[in-house]
Amino acid sequence: MKQRIGVYICHCGGNISDYVDVEELGKMFHQEENVVVSKDVMFACADSNQKDMVADIQANNLDAIVVCSCSPKLHLHTFKNVAARAGLNPSNYVQVNIREQCSWPHSDRPREATVKAAGLIRAGINRVSYSESLENIELSVKKSALVIGAGVSGMKAAIDLARSGNEVFLIEKDFFVGGRIAQKETLFPTNQNGKEVVAALYNEMKKFPNITIFTGATVEKVSGSLGNFTVDIKVKPRYINPNADKKAVKRAMDECPVNVHDDFNLGLVERKAIYKNYPEALPDVPVVVAEALKDATDFTGKFASTLNLNEEAQTLSLIAGSVLVTTGYDHYQPKEGEYGYKTISNVVTLPELNRLMEMNPDKLVYNGKQIKSLAFIYCVGSRQTKGDNKYCSRQCCTSTIHTSLQLKEKYKDIQTYHLYRDIRTYGKQELMYAESSKQGDLYFKYEEKEMPVVSVDGKSTIVKVKDYLTAKKEMEIEADLVVLVTSMVAREDATTISELFKIPIGRDKFFNEIHPKLKPVETVIKGVYIGGTCQGPKNVSESVQSSLAGASKITALLKSGTVSVDPIIARVDADKCTWCGKCSDVCDYTAIKKVLFGEKHVAGVNKAVCTGCGICAPVCPENAIEIAQYTDNEIESMIDGFVMDFDIKEKGAGKTVEVEEEGKVGMKEYPQVWREILAGMTDEKNTIPEIATNSKLASELVTFHLMTMNRYGVVVPAGMDAKETYYYYKVK
Amino acid sequence: MSTTINQSPATKSPKILVFSTDKISDPGIDQAGLRKIHYAPSVYVISLPCSSGIKPKWILHALEHGFDGVFIAADGHECSYSSRCAEHTNTIVEASQELMKEKNINPRRVRMAALCSVCAEPFASHMENYGKILASLED
Repeated sequence: MKQRIGVYICHCGGNISDYVDVEELGKMFHQEENVVVSKDVMFACADSNQKDMVADIQANNLDAIVVCSCSPKLHLHTFKNVAARAGLNPSNYVQVNIREQCSWPHSDRPREATVKAAGLIRAGINRVSYSESLENIELSVKKSALVIGAGVSGMKAAIDLARSGNEVFLIEKDFFVGGRIAQKETLFPTNQNGKEVVAALYNEMKKFPNITIFTGATVEKVSGSLGNFTVDIKVKPRYINPNADKKAVKRAMDECPVNVHDDFNLGLVERKAIYKNYPEALPDVPVVVAEALKDATDFTGKFASTLNLNEEAQTLSLIAGSVLVTTGYDHYQPKEGEYGYKTISNVVTLPELNRLMEMNPDKLVYNGKQIKSLAFIYCVGSRQTKGDNKYCSRQCCTSTIHTSLQLKEKYKDIQTYHLYRDIRTYGKQELMYAESSKQGDLYFKYEEKEMPVVSVDGKSTIVKVKDYLTAKKEMEIEADLVVLVTSMVAREDATTISELFKIPIGRDKFFNEIHPKLKPVETVIKGVYIGGTCQGPKNVSESVQSSLAGASKITALLKSGTVSVDPIIARVDADKCTWCGKCSDVCDYTAIKKVLFGEKHVAGVNKAVCTGCGICAPVCPENAIEIAQYTDNEIESMIDGFVMDFDIKEKGAGKTVEVEEEGKVGMKEYPQVWREILAGMTDEKNTIPEIATNSKLASELVTFHLMTMNRYGVVVPAGMDAKETYYYYKVK
Repeated sequence: MSTTINQSPATKSPKILVFSTDKISDPGIDQAGLRKIHYAPSVYVISLPCSSGIKPKWILHALEHGFDGVFIAADGHECSYSSRCAEHTNTIVEASQELMKEKNINPRRVRMAALCSVCAEPFASHMENYGKILASLED
């Protein structure tokens, strides 16, 4: 139990002290037995006060401190550092939130806010008296990073990590790098060719000897933890003899007699069983679909020295200090019959259209027919109130409008119709929307309750839509091609990665960061970061921003060779533990294992893996598990502190504080201008012009403040005059 | 008129203990304060890493030591620790209700709802509604 506690109660300018009587509280807690210093300070976070605190801790030999100010999200580390600078273990510090959770929400009831603040501070003192000095867990880290997924995000991050001097392993599931952007002919806003971007990044990577790229590789097993992950990967064979002559390989590609499904072109065409995604695809070695060539013995016999059909997959073990997951997304695949997809021949998705455009440089032709008009249906597979994908896929509006501009530029005489729910071309992308409107693209707004219907009428395809821009008039659009603007969805294999690395998955099935704003690339798994579209829909620049953020985080983490981890983790009381295994069953991170303690088996916590979530604690039938800083003593003493107000009274330490009667705020609490307004009011009804004249204030100012005063119950509206022009106000 | 600050408030609203979570629901409760959305000052908050880590004995402790109700502001599907968070937290609520039955405490004195990091208004309205329910309980 701590005996020499320092309590600092902050005015926060007036943010707290306007409503909570901090001076009185400061005096009150000074009377407590184990409180040595109790002060009210104007700004606890100010440099001068921080210096005073350090001096106080040293001069009074304080063993714990409580700072009662704003939310711990703002200044927890500020004051932990103050403690550390004064030579006090930072775990002996408790932050009490008397602003966001007291003075502000209860600004309407200052007296009760003060009572609540007293309870909160008492709880903080109780908690800190049970605090223990905890040391951070020091782990040594390998200066190497594993990046999973060689799309634009992964490649950018790999370059950044390598440039900072880390050993980088970049693994890609496909046999070629580039991911989704290689499928885009032009990228917004620079109109760069996706394949050129991929080539440039690949060549840049090649300049770094500390980047090792594995293509056709998948993660098979993960063990270890922050600083020392061991990741087993399986590299699938390409079935090409590494010593084969390049020309022979080229000839084999050309002469290959068997065709297979072309995943890269989304199945719109077929490709040879010896293929590259596209001629310039990198690494510049084709891949053989060995299974498909099983029966083509003549062909495989002819190229026996070029092909190596007996090649086997390799398993490698990589050791990485940290992991960045940039596995990307899948396109939403419309169900059969969704807007006529797969049932009406000229219904395609937007990614399919993008492939078609690249394959048709001069004339846009689909199913042997030249396309002159296209109807885009937005929000297919996203923003479904009743479906699985409730989220907005954020980049598809821009992608569609960009495609629409490209269509016009590439094929000239073409008309597009856009059936949208809301256009979300945020930021500069709005300019593109304006350009599209100017070039004559037609926009129709529909609502989810009245979805467009695609039907066939003789030879033509008709899209019917109730247009909310023209009073829900039903429009019929005849289109040569109906394009479904499909959303980004989480990759099918995301669950595999999630299970291997224990990354939590959100409701949208994408990987979950700790917080979208405050910790946007961190996961709860120490040392595992996420970037790009594997965490949710993003455009190229947003994807790269997040993966680079992840790369910076990793560089900072690996820099010194050791890393210190928060000691807030689970601990097991070995005497109490009888090893039933329940804690181990609920732990998603396999942080708890059966270990031998003396002669019995007990639960052992892996310090590097435990996230301190506490899920294991309530399931223990023996109550043998506690989370550091959230022990039974700490939590229960806080509860006792909250309900303690009568105890304080009995001690007679409370003193008394002048507070007004319930429902009436003390005059001293009002801003000056309120007092002037009140002085200009009579007990009867007053209109704003009257008050303005009496108090010599501008009527706008009077109106503004009367609204606020009304909200705080200082004045009440008393209706209008006979002509229903003026609002009357009365002093409450 | 002068009064000690230790006296219980004139308008007696039920004392509610809220268990929030550091990363999701506590920022939501902070937001209510930031936006000056009022709720009863008899609401006290303890923030934990995850709502699945609340021990039923803490809930019982609160109810036996002066709190009228315990409200768990859970992470639900947004939990960054576990996709089964809602399930785990629900088990904790059920376990506490078992303990409460033994002590003749009305099971409605513990309640759980998911709260997001910007759920300021929902928090205030949860507090208002739960306060009304608690006020009506006679156990």
